[in-house]
Amino acid sequence: MQATATLLLVVSALLALAVPGLALSRRPGAGTLVYGGALAASLTGLVAALAALLSGASSELVLPLGLPWIGAHFRVDALSAFFLAVVNLGGAAASLYGIGYGRHEEAPQRVLPFYPVFLAGMNLVVLADDAFTFLVSWEFMSLASWALVLAHHREAANRKAATVYLVMAGFGTMALLLAFGLLAGTGGEYGFAAIRAASRDPAVASLALVLVLVGAGSKAGLAPLHVWLPLAHPAAPSHVSALMSAVMTKVAIYGFVRIVFDLIGEPAWWSAILLLALGGATAVLGILHALMERDLKRLLAYSTIENIGIVFACLGLALAFRADGMGWAAALALTAALFHVLNHALFKSLLFFGAGAVLNAAGSRDMERLGGLIHRMPATALFFLAGSIAISALPPFNGFISEWLAFQAILQSPNLAGWGLKIAVPAVGGMLALAAALAAACFVRAFGVSFLGQPRGREAEAAREADRFSLAAMGVLALLCLLAGTLPGFVIDALAPVTRLLVDGAMPLQADRPWLSIVPIAESRSSYNGLLVFAFIVLSASLSAFLVHRLASRRLRRAPAWDCGFPVPGAVTQYSAGGFAQPFRRIFGTTIFAARDEVVMPAPGDARPARLSVTIHDPVWERIYLPLAGAVDRLAGWLNRLQFLTIRRYLTLVFLFLVALLMVLALWT
Amino acid sequence: MILDILVQGAQMAAVLAAAPLVTGFVRKVKARLQRRRGPSVFQPYRDLARLMRKDAVVADNASWLFRVVPYLVFAATWVAAALVPTFAGGLVFSWTADLIAIIALLGTARFFLALAGMDVGTAFGGIGSSREMMISSLAEPAMMLTMFALALVAGSTQLSTVSAVLATPEVGLRVSLAMALVALVMVAIAENARIPVDNPATHLELTMVHEAMVLEYSGRHLAMIELAAMLKLTLYLSLIACVFAPWGIAPAGAGVAAFAAGAAAWLVKLAAGGFLLGLFETSIAKMRVFRVPDFLGAALMLGLLGTLLLFVSRSM
Repeated sequence: MQATATLLLVVSALLALAVPGLALSRRPGAGTLVYGGALAASLTGLVAALAALLSGASSELVLPLGLPWIGAHFRVDALSAFFLAVVNLGGAAASLYGIGYGRHEEAPQRVLPFYPVFLAGMNLVVLADDAFTFLVSWEFMSLASWALVLAHHREAANRKAATVYLVMAGFGTMALLLAFGLLAGTGGEYGFAAIRAASRDPAVASLALVLVLVGAGSKAGLAPLHVWLPLAHPAAPSHVSALMSAVMTKVAIYGFVRIVFDLIGEPAWWSAILLLALGGATAVLGILHALMERDLKRLLAYSTIENIGIVFACLGLALAFRADGMGWAAALALTAALFHVLNHALFKSLLFFGAGAVLNAAGSRDMERLGGLIHRMPATALFFLAGSIAISALPPFNGFISEWLAFQAILQSPNLAGWGLKIAVPAVGGMLALAAALAAACFVRAFGVSFLGQPRGREAEAAREADRFSLAAMGVLALLCLLAGTLPGFVIDALAPVTRLLVDGAMPLQADRPWLSIVPIAESRSSYNGLLVFAFIVLSASLSAFLVHRLASRRLRRAPAWDCGFPVPGAVTQYSAGGFAQPFRRIFGTTIFAARDEVVMPAPGDARPARLSVTIHDPVWERIYLPLAGAVDRLAGWLNRLQFLTIRRYLTLVFLFLVALLMVLALWT
Repeated sequence: MILDILVQGAQMAAVLAAAPLVTGFVRKVKARLQRRRGPSVFQPYRDLARLMRKDAVVADNASWLFRVVPYLVFAATWVAAALVPTFAGGLVFSWTADLIAIIALLGTARFFLALAGMDVGTAFGGIGSSREMMISSLAEPAMMLTMFALALVAGSTQLSTVSAVLATPEVGLRVSLAMALVALVMVAIAENARIPVDNPATHLELTMVHEAMVLEYSGRHLAMIELAAMLKLTLYLSLIACVFAPWGIAPAGAGVAAFAAGAAAWLVKLAAGGFLLGLFETSIAKMRVFRVPDFLGAALMLGLLGTLLLFVSRSM
């Protein structure tokens, strides 16, 4: 009762904030009011959700809203408490960032009313305990974020992004609607408790699973339904991009987990293989796209797709283990997935904040115009670096923990019964390793080109450090990334009620391990201690630096760059983002993206410069979506003829249709 | 407890002390095979000492990251190297990180080094970083699948346990282990920037990857990076030795005599590995950089084949 009521109060407070957001949006203090209020509300929600998660109590509440004979059901159990904590943590960070970042907004009246509504919508989806409330909240969340994507509507690219987003969001909701229709059955029981209790045909359950995969997967960015994501997420203001990428995709994952792990019952045997294959392919495809991208925010959006792939692969693994009755292994895989959900919410928010600060300071998201920002924005650079290490799954930060847990779960696959899974899982493990290594390359490129080297434009040269609120938000998130990486045992223990609820098993208690190390199964099999690794690195680095400076030389001379004896002054001679990606383009891109590098050399004596052009094709967009859009277009053109008939022909049509309908009815009965 | 920590400390000191010797030994072997006399095996120590004493020359626009990276790279590599069993298994901190984490620690070191290559903003640094990350992105899946095969046999990713299990006679000779060995050696060659993937001795611009990345470094910074590279070579030799030749490694809590025997065995294994590396490098030519995917793709396939073979042999 208590947690649900508190969180519903948070939701109503957020909804109420939309009023001053609308009424006062042009006043100078409105941003501080709305973002400050949203920060307070999110922090309250975070505390309530954490309390519910740690106490393990579930609470529900029915409000007389919505359909009169159903009402609106809300419930908080371990699963929703965890996701509510993630949503409100991301919301709090984005609001704190927004207090500073929002001051640069040109059109605050297009952001301020929708921002708290968006936060409220995401909370409501996770709180909902019946299909009707769930779907209404889902649409609420989609439409509020759509309005935010359109905030800068004067740019044609943003309008296109919003259109694609609207179509895909509508499509996804339709799939979810059909899924709930199937699950509710002929009785029309829309409450989650009734759906959970009902028994259903395996074929119906399988169909519902595919529909949920389409509906939630399209919102989360699962390939091949991801195409809207890299368009829409970067188009919004940066703190909203962070929310969409880091939090809204997690709400979609919540929807998937809630329905597939909790409501459907035992899914078909092939669902695990489907999830693993889709997850692995999504991870590799997403990070390869990110590696080719030169727009910093789109790069981050593509990397979101990669992380969603990792989460879905872990979920597939958990399903497989659960189906074979290996609760402990399923708990390990599910913990890896949920830990990655938390991690991605942390570091993707941080990175989008950093990209927003860069966009503000240097006026561009194009990496080929940035460079050298570490000198002018040292704190932003440090935090962005922390986020880059974390997202590249490198110790001692948090990204490594979930990756490590995922590999530990993969190593349990020989115990699975099915041969298909036995062979698929190591291959998916290889794909995840490839994705992790490519992520490291991607973020060396992103950080190296944007923050290191020499400035590639005048605006990058004149960049200034971000404001205090933005820096505070980034600093807190960077610290949380490090804490989750060095003290992962606490997070794993907090996730135990969730795994017990969904897969009937939990990882062994980590809190009583000596030295705070984490042990997924048994110490003889594997263990990792982030705290000691971090301490060892810091100690030996400072010790070696101290000894070298003390015993050897400490003199330092500044000189022009050496560059093997041929230094050419000027920023154009340094490596570019496109150049950095060239080996990857050549190895992976030629087959997947049909990438081609073309050099146009002028004839000898001609003074024009040589030009290098790169063409990259998006296979999913060109092979699936463009033909589909073309088909819809042709069909609409053909049906268009029906608009220009005479009355006699319309009457004939109506008559023929009636006869056909009656025939069908007669035959049916 | 204190004794345990002392043994762990001895291992950290041992890898650090042995690393330049291993590199010097490989260089000596290569020189002798090329009918040169070559410098003394102790030359790397002298080189490091000379570099340490010199002024560090840093490019004008280098940031703080450039000056911090050498120590971070050294520290991460040293910690990783100290966690691989050398003369004794089951040391007091051996549970701090398993094989996956050790490889990931090396990944952290490489991440920083690649960033340092891009810090000054020169073409050479960038090309080195880009290619280094390309090679590592191919090596990592191969390493993962190799690890998978090893973990299947040993039932663990904890190196002390793996080497203890593989030392028992029940394991016997297995085709998958042979495949894993070949795959691991190929990955190790790529990771350590050895011929045929990269050439540690070259300063010809177009052939170098690792050397291009650290081109701007000098003095004590360069010394730290060179030392880290030597540590990495020692790490991989010890890793291959402790998994595929686990004989003589002292068990946890053994006496001084067992430790001494283990240390002697370790030195012999390092020498054998170093000799084979020198022999291999002398007898093969460096390959074009875009042939490296084929090379590492073969390692990946071997790792996967080894794993699948294990599945098949288990079910029979």
